[in-house]
Amino acid sequence: MTSEPLLSVNSLRVYFNTPEGIARAVDGVSFTVAAGETVGLVGESGCGKSVTALSLLRLVPPPGRIESGSSIRFNGKDLALLPTEELRQLRGNRLAMIFQEPMTALNPVLTVGDQVAEVVRVHTKASRSEAWARAVKMLAQVGIPDPSERAKQYPHELSGGMRQRVMIAMALILEPQLVIADEPTTALDVTIQAQILELLRDMRDRTGLALLLITHDLGVVAEMASRVIVMYAGEVVEEAPVHALFENPSHPYTEGLLAAIPRLGEEAARLKTIRGTVPPPTAWPSGCRFHDRCPYAFDRCANEAPMLLQVASGHRARCHLIEEPERRVRGVEATASVLS
Amino acid sequence: MPNSASASPLLTVSNLAKHFPIRTGVFRRVTGQVKAVDGVSFTVNAGETLALVGESGCGKTTTGRALLRLIEPTGGSVEFDGVNVLSLKGEALRRLRRRMQIVFQDPYGSLNPRMTIGAAIREGLIVHKLAEGAAANTRVRSLLEEVGLRPEYATRYPHEFSGGQRQRVGIARALAVEPRFIVCDEPVSALDVSVQAQVVNLLQDLQRDRGLAYLFIAHDLAVVAHMADRVAVMYLGRIVEMAPRASLFAMPLMPYTQALLSAVPVPDPRIKRQRLLLAGEPPSPANPPSGCVFHPRCPHPAKDAACSVIVPPLEEKEPGHFVACIKQTPTRVDWDVQRAAGGSIPPERYLPRAQ
Repeated sequence: MTSEPLLSVNSLRVYFNTPEGIARAVDGVSFTVAAGETVGLVGESGCGKSVTALSLLRLVPPPGRIESGSSIRFNGKDLALLPTEELRQLRGNRLAMIFQEPMTALNPVLTVGDQVAEVVRVHTKASRSEAWARAVKMLAQVGIPDPSERAKQYPHELSGGMRQRVMIAMALILEPQLVIADEPTTALDVTIQAQILELLRDMRDRTGLALLLITHDLGVVAEMASRVIVMYAGEVVEEAPVHALFENPSHPYTEGLLAAIPRLGEEAARLKTIRGTVPPPTAWPSGCRFHDRCPYAFDRCANEAPMLLQVASGHRARCHLIEEPERRVRGVEATASVLS
Repeated sequence: MPNSASASPLLTVSNLAKHFPIRTGVFRRVTGQVKAVDGVSFTVNAGETLALVGESGCGKTTTGRALLRLIEPTGGSVEFDGVNVLSLKGEALRRLRRRMQIVFQDPYGSLNPRMTIGAAIREGLIVHKLAEGAAANTRVRSLLEEVGLRPEYATRYPHEFSGGQRQRVGIARALAVEPRFIVCDEPVSALDVSVQAQVVNLLQDLQRDRGLAYLFIAHDLAVVAHMADRVAVMYLGRIVEMAPRASLFAMPLMPYTQALLSAVPVPDPRIKRQRLLLAGEPPSPANPPSGCVFHPRCPHPAKDAACSVIVPPLEEKEPGHFVACIKQTPTRVDWDVQRAAGGSIPPERYLPRAQ
């Protein structure tokens, strides 16, 4: 493909000034999302994935700031540099976001119908009644029963699954090219989660939208994404097509993460763990940020930060082992009680 | 692994109920009941783990708290080690609390922010007069080590720890008084995957080393598959299926359990699950459906009018495997009885093909 990808993030850095020092929450992250593609951004708490998502729409709360040198190109325009008014025109329209906690993301004093209709009124010249009609139609499309009645209700009158559907309606009503979904199903029960994922898949098939799905749940990623980016300590540590990531995880963190997931249908063996804990963003370790938790760490790792190296086509990992595969030998086994 | 057939159960819960009154109007008259827990019965043997699973609002957390009397039950009975728990008062109840402990879900809310973690763990020892002074401090240090925390952390405050570490503190606190039984109320739900794995392993190690029994309350079926000896599935305040772990996961017989299992995302992109999508949402426990509480959403092919009339009994359909469904064979609810209640389709054994 010769044209530029829909979204192209380059060297994104988001820092926060805190009393304990500068928290480098996102520290040089680059990735792309092509039109129509579903990319999974995975990582655990403290890896910087949510801040990455918020920064795409410049929603990072102060004292966080996007550092200069960061570039977020969407449809050829750099969102990091766009004047606020132009950015506002894009948000909700070409680029939309679905948040994790629908109760806190929805306005409690407006009806859900008004909130969906508001998106239409802000970006188009539709009248009040036209916008309301479109909102009701959208609520039906996202599977809310009795939409014309429900539209008159307030968020607290709806269940968690319903509220999430309302958020999806708000995000998709103007058929954006890119939807950023930040843990859209984490707060929901598993059967409702299945419904919401099915809904996202339907909408994706229908409108051809690109989806950046941020989650810690690798099961959701396996189901929804065609490409996966793994973050750790503010950096991208691995990126790969979804099958390659699960079949050939190349970064020891990804390997550890996959091994730690309890799976249905497997005998009650002991869960494999990653020893230690996630470091704080005010004090990333020297060299490779994962070295103090890595079962394969060797001398180079504490001193030299690895670059993202090619494993296979479309598959890269930030690890010295890519260059020195013979070093992939487990050192201290992480089986004994994990003193942290 | 205990031989559950040998001794009598450590804990026996019979027809436990917890109803919350709904008060409306200026005079706050009781106009209805939220039947959060509506007739729950189960046993837990020494050293074993019974998992209680279900989605939000099914009553599992209320059940766990009610049997410990953190919430007072409105009906039923609880017998622990031969003692009638619901009849105890004052000092006797406090002594029982030594043996029945709880680990909470929220590692951020369940520790007093003004107490050092050492003080939090020590509190139980003091209250139950198990140790004091230097001896108590030694116990605290050894408990911290046992849960994988450095003993010198005893002087730190909860806010200085991560979620996983706080959860370990909660476990140490529960262990301090040497209980025989611990209600683990969603102990790993708020934790990341790698941290979750550490805490699950810890709970299993402690169970093995100390012979603990657990009531493990969770909504994550994959974690349950690792921890549990037996599993009970709850829906709208009732147990709808109860079976040994292997039996439940290999052959779920209650349509709700089947849907629940099929909804769990599998971390393997090669597996394209045929989802059993449940339509709609769980109804309100203030207004449960008549007959089988699951019938409005049930995909069983033999579902008919009888399902909205007859409350299905929990029946043993396979050895040790109990299911509340009049349509899943075998059933002691006669076809005549079903027809009299408006039934039109005879019961049949339904197992969805794609699992």
